Amino acid sequence: MTKSSGTILDGDSRPRGGEAQEGSSTKSSGTILDGTGREPRSGWETVIGLEIHAQLATRSKIFSGASTAYGAPPNAQASLVDLGFPGVLPVLNGDAVRMAVRFGLAIGARIARQSVFARKNYFYPDLPKGYQISQYELPIVAQGALEIVLDDGSTKRVGITRAHLEEDAGKSLHEGLGGLTGVDLNRAGTPLIEIVSEPDLRSAREAVAYMKKVHTLVRYLEICDGNMQEGSFRCDANVSVRPKGSDKLGTRAEIKNINSFRFVEKAIQYEIARQIELIESGGKVVQETRLYDPDKGETRSMRAKEEANDYRYFPDPDLLPLAVAEDFIEAVRESLPELPDEKAARFSSQYGLSAYDAGVLTASRELADYYEEVVRTVPREPKLAANWVMGELAAVLNKESLEVGSGRMPAARLAGLLTRIADETISGKIAKEVFEAMWAGGEGADAIIASKGLKQITDTGAIERAIEEVMARNPGQLAEFRAGKEKLFGFFVGQVMKATQGKANPAQLNELLKKKLPG
Amino acid sequence: MIHRNTVFQLAAGLRARKFSSVELVRAYLQRIEASQPALNAFICVTAEQALAAAAAADRDLAAGRGGALAGVPIAHKDLFCTEGVRTTCGSRMLENFVSPYDATVVAKLKAAGAVTLGKLNMDEFAMGSSNETSYFGPVKNPWNTERVPGGSSGGSAAAVAARLVPAATATDTGGSIRQPAALCGITGIKPTYGRVSRYGMIAFASSLDQGGVLATSAQDAALMLREMAGFDPNDSTSVDEPVPDYVATLDAPLAGVKVGLIKEFFDKGLDAENERRVREALAVLERLGASLREVSLPSLPLSVPAYYVVAPAECSSNLARYDGVRFGHRCKDPRDLQDLYRRSRGEGFGAEVKRRIMTGTYVLSAGYYDAYYLKAQRVRQLIAADFKRAFSEVDALVGPTSPTAAFPIGAKTADPITMYLNDIYTIGANLAGLPAMSVPCGFVGGLPVGLQIVGPHFAELRILNIAHRYQLETDWHLKTPERFQ
Repeated sequence: MTKSSGTILDGDSRPRGGEAQEGSSTKSSGTILDGTGREPRSGWETVIGLEIHAQLATRSKIFSGASTAYGAPPNAQASLVDLGFPGVLPVLNGDAVRMAVRFGLAIGARIARQSVFARKNYFYPDLPKGYQISQYELPIVAQGALEIVLDDGSTKRVGITRAHLEEDAGKSLHEGLGGLTGVDLNRAGTPLIEIVSEPDLRSAREAVAYMKKVHTLVRYLEICDGNMQEGSFRCDANVSVRPKGSDKLGTRAEIKNINSFRFVEKAIQYEIARQIELIESGGKVVQETRLYDPDKGETRSMRAKEEANDYRYFPDPDLLPLAVAEDFIEAVRESLPELPDEKAARFSSQYGLSAYDAGVLTASRELADYYEEVVRTVPREPKLAANWVMGELAAVLNKESLEVGSGRMPAARLAGLLTRIADETISGKIAKEVFEAMWAGGEGADAIIASKGLKQITDTGAIERAIEEVMARNPGQLAEFRAGKEKLFGFFVGQVMKATQGKANPAQLNELLKKKLPG
Repeated sequence: MIHRNTVFQLAAGLRARKFSSVELVRAYLQRIEASQPALNAFICVTAEQALAAAAAADRDLAAGRGGALAGVPIAHKDLFCTEGVRTTCGSRMLENFVSPYDATVVAKLKAAGAVTLGKLNMDEFAMGSSNETSYFGPVKNPWNTERVPGGSSGGSAAAVAARLVPAATATDTGGSIRQPAALCGITGIKPTYGRVSRYGMIAFASSLDQGGVLATSAQDAALMLREMAGFDPNDSTSVDEPVPDYVATLDAPLAGVKVGLIKEFFDKGLDAENERRVREALAVLERLGASLREVSLPSLPLSVPAYYVVAPAECSSNLARYDGVRFGHRCKDPRDLQDLYRRSRGEGFGAEVKRRIMTGTYVLSAGYYDAYYLKAQRVRQLIAADFKRAFSEVDALVGPTSPTAAFPIGAKTADPITMYLNDIYTIGANLAGLPAMSVPCGFVGGLPVGLQIVGPHFAELRILNIAHRYQLETDWHLKTPERFQ
């Protein structure tokens, strides 16, 4: 699933009511667990913590003035600072700080009045200085939480230990260079926040729900574009298992750099099964870093703990401790938008939507805004609007991998269609036909209704004439109906609809048929 | 004898059109060329660019334009990045590194009209106290070419002492301006940490490195510093404080100025003859109206061990960027990545740099960090607190700059600890970030001795004032080595 619509309108966002959640869950777990028959294994509890890296949507890098735009030719956006040239020094980008504070406030966290940048030392060609500037002992954001909705509809609080500012590394390129390795430092120095959860998650589904929640939040806050294909939002998952009832954590494996919700779920499920099988067959989980291979659907060992780097963290002497003033925090707090949970609650009460619908419609700010724009035009029909946005519209967007903001179906245009349903110009059924034409041709509902002659027939005389013709053409069925076979009422509805190309007003038709058929 | 002039005199002479910058530059270039075999003070001489810059300065001066240093020749320690010019840091690692940009200090001095004659020799990556660790060979002391000039700014000090340039830039991480100033008989100032931008100054130990000046007098040092100092948005550790006119109030009388003798500096390690010269200098200050008293800074003797944890820790990280990937030395035909790293760094760095990288890596390692790095940082706080307490009682602190006068080349290279102890009196000011100077105060066996003056944060004016008044009373700073008259 592509881009930001992935959170809400993708393949695993289900028809309302959540009845398909079960199916979706077995579908994705089926590949791994059903085949081996390990699914129902009880007696084990899974413990998961996620480290999410969200690229901050600043225009320039965290410590240099170079652009952060994606897709430039290699090294076109690497300044001397990003290249780690002799003598250069980092200067902190204030916008990155503002964005981290925004996130911290949105998760109800403590904003450190003073935080410290530290150097994480290791050698790698795409790490130009030989160290990454990060935050270690004193992060800017600590002790927050988010609430997620579980499959059974209940909610769960997931603790967020910390979120710290750091710079991204560059990229090593191994293909098309005749066996050599190329280094592209465009990404080096891109600002990130690393969001570290408590080990509060108990299943792959919970992990995905949490990750989606964070994804929704950072996009609401406009601090991250959430683009997972470009690597703007990715995560590492720490996974361990322990016997149910045990309060001691098992040995964990860290699965690195997973960049889709689907892969997170699959990777964690695979890893859980692998660890349980390993322990049950007498083995031991070793602490290590693993990589998920989406082609094979498995995780593979990358390096063991003994081979892990000693990062030799120490405070970066080129940067003073970061002091965040009280009035700065208050100014950021005042600039916060309505957050997803608040918006969903308001949608429920203001528009009378179910919690599920409100959740789906507020999963992105763009979608919520779109919905509200539609509702402004048909203020008496919030449920109709919700059904259309989540139903027909979501389906076509999904099919063509488009976002709600793509412009293919502006809110005003959809609202135009709903207006005609509301004022009974067309029936719901005809509206689907009109919608298809609108989607294909880009015209407004009224133009299509007029040009195709789809306007509903509400002229009693016209409907009566059609009824009379149908009765005349079907004397046999009429006799049977009058003899007591009332099921044939539907047959007459169908025939009249057919005769009017579906344009007869259904309520009027019903009324008139009730009067005429009995004779 | 144009080279006997101070920066002040040269700037005035140029402005009065007594001589042209081109004449001046030619004269100094000749001296540099003639002395190079004996002193090895320069790593590269940029004669062509210098003559072009001098001609431009002459045009400016003729038009009545130009900054305070218009047309005055200077040279830079070879760790200040200079655009289009090799910047080696005294290392094979950067032997062929041509900087694509100017350090802020270089740009500021250029803007003031100074003409750069070349890049000065130094200990490799500024790690050394004798200028013997340079990949480009040791620098010799102009007073006795069998002796070291001190380090790490040995090239800068020797060049100024031999009057190859009237002033030079230098840097001081643990004494690298003051100790060579003392050993070469010239005046040097390391300002307050944050006073001079570090942008473009190749880092050794970022929390200690500070750019400064070597010159022949406090007055010249004041003038140079005024042009170099100031807040730089490219250096987050530079301080946003206005720069006073260091030159304007140099003459203020010393009457009533309270000067503290650092008790811990007059220890067993101090050569008796050196001590005599320093005490004679203190008597001069007293005669000038300063009141003297002894002040104790009990944590100061811990400065050498603390420094040799903090500085290597920072250097081990700062020097990680020299990996053979983007610039600098790369080994021939690397087999793989590890081979590239190992051989490029193994070949590119000298023994002292490697020793410090290894020490620094060790003290930052898991399990040792608390015992070494954190403890050293605590010692640093104690030392800073000692100074703070002392400065609540006195306006400036004085003592010797170095335990001995210049020692013979090779005398201490076998024993790093003995070498490190050369900096025993200078390191404290770096750990506390304080401004400090060294001024010539006499000779021992024909070799110069330095008096150190340390001030509170941003009290450059005060220590320059004391140094200048002292130099108005004495002529030690006017002595020049016979061979380089």
